[in-house]
Amino acid sequence: MSSDLVDLITHAPDPRNKRTRLTGTAKFWLAFRYVSLFFILALIILPIYVLVINSFKGRTGVTLANAFNLPQELNFETWPMVWKQLSAPMLRTLFFVVQSSIISAIIGSINGYVLAKWRFPGSKLVFTLFLFGMFIPYQAIMIPLVQFNKAVGLTGSIYVLVLAHVVYGIPICTLIFRNYYASIPDELIEAARVDGASMTRVYRSILLPLSVPAFVVVLIWQFTSAWNDFLFAIFLTGGSPKLAVATTALNFITGSWQVYYGENMTAALMVSLPTLLVYMFLGRYFLRGLLSGSLKG
Amino acid sequence: MAKIERKRISSRIGGFFFVLPSMIAVAIFVYGMIAWTLNISLTNRTSSAVKDIKHVGFKNYIELISDARFTHALTNLLKFTSVFMVGTLISGFIMALLLEKGIKGEGLFRSVYLYPMAISFIAMGVVWRWLLNSSQGADAGGLNLILQKVGLGFLQNSWYISPSGAMYAMALPAIWQMSGYVLALFLAGFRGIPDDLREAARVDGASEAKIYRYVLFPQLSPTFLTVLIILGHISMKVFDLIVGISGKSYVTDVLAVYMWQITFDITNYAKGAAIAIVILLMVAVVVIPYLRHVNRSEEMH
Repeated sequence: MSSDLVDLITHAPDPRNKRTRLTGTAKFWLAFRYVSLFFILALIILPIYVLVINSFKGRTGVTLANAFNLPQELNFETWPMVWKQLSAPMLRTLFFVVQSSIISAIIGSINGYVLAKWRFPGSKLVFTLFLFGMFIPYQAIMIPLVQFNKAVGLTGSIYVLVLAHVVYGIPICTLIFRNYYASIPDELIEAARVDGASMTRVYRSILLPLSVPAFVVVLIWQFTSAWNDFLFAIFLTGGSPKLAVATTALNFITGSWQVYYGENMTAALMVSLPTLLVYMFLGRYFLRGLLSGSLKG
Repeated sequence: MAKIERKRISSRIGGFFFVLPSMIAVAIFVYGMIAWTLNISLTNRTSSAVKDIKHVGFKNYIELISDARFTHALTNLLKFTSVFMVGTLISGFIMALLLEKGIKGEGLFRSVYLYPMAISFIAMGVVWRWLLNSSQGADAGGLNLILQKVGLGFLQNSWYISPSGAMYAMALPAIWQMSGYVLALFLAGFRGIPDDLREAARVDGASEAKIYRYVLFPQLSPTFLTVLIILGHISMKVFDLIVGISGKSYVTDVLAVYMWQITFDITNYAKGAAIAIVILLMVAVVVIPYLRHVNRSEEMH
């Protein structure tokens, strides 16, 4: 794998020759770049801006004509209304997402360790077969998965989603940990081996303590993708309200045309907040997970 | 020496046992279930009422070809894919060009450009549904209203409910979501090019435009390939985005949504499985050569 992509991206070149006066053309290009960058920024912010401002206009305060305008007075009434409908699904989502992320991270760490540092004959093939599992359209396994859940009696339990996210998370979690461990010098492990440390010992006392960043990346990645998942949720919970998660409940609420914009937008914002906050505070780790999906970093 | 060697071999096998549970899981849940889906697609299990399930060969696939709804969904998907890929590629590339030299505030731009990747499309679909509101003129809202305000009123249209343009309209939110990802990949590409190359060209008296055209762009072709693969396979699977904005509407039907309806609403598992296999094949055609390419370039390092 190439050198670390995230470092590459975030390591901007020094704005050269800071002290020298900019020439006319250079000034023009700098201004041009800023104008373009802010224009794109505005376009990209637009949808979330609309969500935020309209969530404070009350239930009936949003109309087609005023939806881009700031609220004239802050009205919080839609928040408790929507929370009443979404609290149970959102807490349920949190409950299963935390479990599936932690299990995924543990599995990924073990696999990644072996595939990076203790390769066995055929491990490369195993890894490639894992990787393909990352790209498959889940439609191609969905019908058997539903049948499997029925056969083992998991239907009707939120653990159908834990199982799905853990199993189909194996490829990406293994990949992230493998790449991370591959960047740790072999000499470190070689030395411990010569001293007679066993495979599990090397893992526990050398690699695991160094693994915190990779754990954060995997936890965030699994959290975000499971929280935002709609496909598994809609197929595996069968649309049952008892098992509604954040995305399916939101889709149910906003899917009916009678509901007011104000309420819809508050609901959408509420469901987006957890992953958005994680992104705001730990964006660098999110980016790392995202880029692993390209198999390049 | 022999002792260490033996230990090493035994631990190699030990490693195998640690990965074994995951191997079994992937073997069953990925490959086994794909095989099972393929198997279902070759049977007559067209509704839950069918009790005598038997193999019917490729009948379901042949029927798909003459199924107008299927070809409609496939055409829609191809329309969407072309606009989405070209649009995302261009906008992500432009963002990278604007940022690659480094600029004050870059961190802010980068973070904002990437936030759409962190949000569910079921949630963002709520806003996009509204932004792409079809009313025009005096009742206009969303993008149509903005277009009016900036004097581009003639561009107003009915977006995702327009029978001819719905899929192109659907590409807009998809481009919005994925451009930041493409930006990140290209930015890494630009910054992975050694500075010496630029410097050398500059010393030789090449203009900035020439440096981009003849020195930098050729270096980006591996990134370009990666971007195409990533966008391509994501596009084939597009589901949340469509459901989030227009639900199961006919004009925006794509394969993944059609498969969902057939399987979930009509419980025609045989046909649903056949559509799923078609999506899988389309993804595999894009992804398998890429996996081989990544494998090979990794071996060279």
